[in-house]
Amino acid sequence: MGCNAERVAEVLRAGGATVAEHKAELIDLDRAIGDADHGENLDRGFAAVLAALDGGLPETPGAVLKVAATTLISKVGGAAGPLYGTAFLRAATTLGDASELDAAAVATGLRAALDGVVARGKAEVGDATMVDALAPAVEAAERAQADGGDPAAVLAAAAGAAKEGADSTVPLTARKGRASYLGERSVGHADPGATSTALVLGAFAEAAR
Amino acid sequence: MSGELVGLVVVSHSGRLADGVAEVAAQMAPDVTVTPAGGLPDGGVGTDFEAVLAAVTEAATGAGAVVLYDLGSAQMTAEMAVESLPEPDAAVIVDAPLVEGAIAAAVSAQGGGDRSAVADAARAAAGRPEVADTADAAGSGAAASSGAAADSGAAAASDGAAGARAEITLANEVGLHARPAALLARSIADLDADVRVSLGATDADAKSVFSLMSLTARKGDTVVVTATGAQAEDAVARVTALAERNFDE
Repeated sequence: MGCNAERVAEVLRAGGATVAEHKAELIDLDRAIGDADHGENLDRGFAAVLAALDGGLPETPGAVLKVAATTLISKVGGAAGPLYGTAFLRAATTLGDASELDAAAVATGLRAALDGVVARGKAEVGDATMVDALAPAVEAAERAQADGGDPAAVLAAAAGAAKEGADSTVPLTARKGRASYLGERSVGHADPGATSTALVLGAFAEAAR
Repeated sequence: MSGELVGLVVVSHSGRLADGVAEVAAQMAPDVTVTPAGGLPDGGVGTDFEAVLAAVTEAATGAGAVVLYDLGSAQMTAEMAVESLPEPDAAVIVDAPLVEGAIAAAVSAQGGGDRSAVADAARAAAGRPEVADTADAAGSGAAASSGAAADSGAAAASDGAAGARAEITLANEVGLHARPAALLARSIADLDADVRVSLGATDADAKSVFSLMSLTARKGDTVVVTATGAQAEDAVARVTALAERNFDE
């Protein structure tokens, strides 16, 4: 089964709901190593995305993701705006005018999102950033798709790997963003960006089942 | 109007920081448009894409813009804004110390530098003055050095190439501090001459405000101005005249 614009919007709404639900947790994680604004910023951004989608549903999945991208870029301050925005924008661009997404398209979109985040933030796996969640998620998604999984299975694989990836940032020294100023003192904390990435992908997967 | 000059954009997490950097930079370069883009619309700390895009769009007309930023996510926001321009090449984002870079860039823009020259000036602002030789250059003015004799007056110097030299004893209150250094650099920016100012063993590029400032030449210090190139004489004459006017203090 394919994912049309309406399904993609539903999945985004689930992501927004999850961010709202975990706002306090994300704020606490960011307070430990950053400027304590990640939860607040991301929640404000997703709330604006949902409001924009309420105002009118675009026709294609790509167009829905583009609305999400431009809204997140405008509404989320801090690094998360450009990073999440770039992720959605690259995915949207890659998906083009397709009216439905199959498993291959979902995997391709995730790969484009990762490439965008890496290009924008210049982080690598191991720097304790959202790349630590997104990179394994993309690999797992591509494996699931190659194994014949449907879009829901691809997202489920991505979500599982993203969660593990986010957990893997706990012992890492942050090397990018505000947390990098803490150096070794960032060890022992999960990266807020990796954590939110895993939460959002988890919500996407849940909603796509 | 500033259509001929490169404009600057200061992207910061704080509105007050952006405003302050723009204020200081603009003081050094009265004809350059320095546009601050800091903080969130509600006054909070962060970078606002819309505000940055508006600032970059406005500044990137005419001779284009050079964009400076404070912290990582401001860089990302600036990159997205520049990529969103109809002509992304019209703006250059530079990795430079914010305050020093903005001032150096402003002075270079005031002197008519193009985007890449202005960007280079910003990047170079982190540098320290070049030390003339390996001798201990630590004691700046104190060791009044070799030729502490002559007071001023240009004399044709060395080689076959056109050259000029003058010794100037600084009589103004603040010495080669920010404003006088900017005036000096600006006064010769358009000349075809390589102009150096030295104090003791420390040597500075006279077209670079920061290089001049890092001499920390104070009132009473005697600096040596040397110039080579087609307009070397003019350069030394202008610097001498400026010093004789006490840098218009």
